[in-house]
Amino acid sequence: MGTKPLTTRRLAALIAVSAGVMLAAGALAPLVGAAGVDYRRALAGLSPDHEILFFARLPRVLLALLAGGGLAVAGVLFQALLRDALATPYTLGISTGASLGAVVAICLGWGGWGPLPGTWLSAFAGAGVVLIAVLAVATEGRRMSSFTLLLAGVTINSICMAGIMFLQYLSTFGQSFAIVRWLMGGIEAVDYSVLAWLAAVVAAVVGLLFWKSRDWNLLAVGEDWAAARGVSTARVMLTGYLAGSFLTGSITSLTGPIGFVGLIVPHALRLRLGADHRVLIPCSFFWGAAFLAVCDTLSRTVLSPIEIPVGVTTAILGGPFFIYLLKSRSRAH
Amino acid sequence: MKQGFRLSAAGMRYNGAAVLQNVSLDISGNRLVSIVGPNGAGKSTLLGILAGLRREFDGDCFYEGRSIRKWGRREFARRVSFVPQSLRLEFPFTAEQVVLMGRMPYGDGLFESDEDRAAVDEAMALTDTLAFRHRDFRSLSGGERQRVVLASALAQKPATLLLDEPTSFLDLKHQISIYRILREQCREGLLVIAVTHDLNLAAAFSDRVIVLNRGRVAIDSTPQEAITRESLKEVFAVDARIEPGPEGRPWVVYGN
Repeated sequence: MGTKPLTTRRLAALIAVSAGVMLAAGALAPLVGAAGVDYRRALAGLSPDHEILFFARLPRVLLALLAGGGLAVAGVLFQALLRDALATPYTLGISTGASLGAVVAICLGWGGWGPLPGTWLSAFAGAGVVLIAVLAVATEGRRMSSFTLLLAGVTINSICMAGIMFLQYLSTFGQSFAIVRWLMGGIEAVDYSVLAWLAAVVAAVVGLLFWKSRDWNLLAVGEDWAAARGVSTARVMLTGYLAGSFLTGSITSLTGPIGFVGLIVPHALRLRLGADHRVLIPCSFFWGAAFLAVCDTLSRTVLSPIEIPVGVTTAILGGPFFIYLLKSRSRAH
Repeated sequence: MKQGFRLSAAGMRYNGAAVLQNVSLDISGNRLVSIVGPNGAGKSTLLGILAGLRREFDGDCFYEGRSIRKWGRREFARRVSFVPQSLRLEFPFTAEQVVLMGRMPYGDGLFESDEDRAAVDEAMALTDTLAFRHRDFRSLSGGERQRVVLASALAQKPATLLLDEPTSFLDLKHQISIYRILREQCREGLLVIAVTHDLNLAAAFSDRVIVLNRGRVAIDSTPQEAITRESLKEVFAVDARIEPGPEGRPWVVYGN
């Protein structure tokens, strides 16, 4: 499947199918749950369908879609940037920085600012500090290589992990519980204004990366390879790092670290569709969105009223599926 | 404005140690130029400077009369293409996708043009790689990969082709087939500069041989004058006999 040359029509068809899958997942997921919901009743403003749909389930599904799509695209990006198929949106420490920020807020008992919880704001600030720190360590003058980026990111990631452990060690029992829950990640219904802001970030970053897909194809091969073909490697890498980190930081601030989406969705798509980023970036967004929405719906319904952390569902559901893909692929060869 | 390079007192240091010193050369014309020399002689460094990939060097390097530092990357990539020694891919790009990347200097839109596709088909036909165009690059043999990478460089439609040990992993047949393609490109008007370790291939196919030793140009001449018993002894520290080969070209015989 991944072997045909890419034409406008083929790309449009792949995007249409993927977007259809995401829309189907996004439309059906809010209907699933302990209480039945009917779209017609909800749209007519009838209680309780209206409240359940628009204030409980829909915002949560929308957050899952945006987070899943964004993480999958960030995964594609960091894998290309680091030329490492095992890289994830979290490899360079952005999410650990966000987590450290959240943990600081939990330990200080910071309530937040206006309508925004302290953990979000503090997590976002933590992600920002890591972004700048990694960049400062990784660049020499105006040069940056994926190797120095990886070293800087992994090191700062470890430092943040140590910070989290230390704070958790000092924290009270209640704080420690809150920290563990944050570190598991999870999706909750958030205000529509927050969703709108996240949607703007995701759309801008994914759009920018998609537009520069061919640059990412060349960089995924090598820095000299890209430079010898006219790509301004330093600028493209810097843009990619900033965009991907901003995307990851924005998502992680709201959801905490949710593993596996950024690793498994790009991999599965590469196995089926090949490595061309023109296909990979948009399709990763749609399939990542659908995947996380489905996982989150299962998380809140399978053992209802108990919720399973969504990171557990992504791994339990995604892992075996991925192994199946790998096996069917090697049989085909 | 003439096709080709002019190096003026070019030098390069790594952590204080000079790997290239005071190299001044004129390399132009539609010729096949081989750069040879022992390990650490500075061959790849020199090629990296010519390819515009190493920009922190002393002295200057001009291409078509303009300093290499003043060329825009894209503009330069339309004139000069570079074949690395080996290409290791992490991701499942097909052979054709690798060759298509050679068209990047001609437009950064989302899709390749018909002209891009034509150039790719032509380059793949020339290097005999069409048969496996849709296969994963990583599943190809060393010889097939090398030809695909060469096709990618040819799809760039360059005036000058730079190659870093283009035949290092190839069997005899493919070594010769690569050099035949290079010779053909010279006849079409390209300047071809190849770093190689294989003195007999250099002797058999080059118009000019530049021998580097310890970062300096030791000899710069025809194959007949560059590859001699004395030069092998002095530069490579090897005792060898030189026999007359086809077309009066030198043929190096190792051992006694």
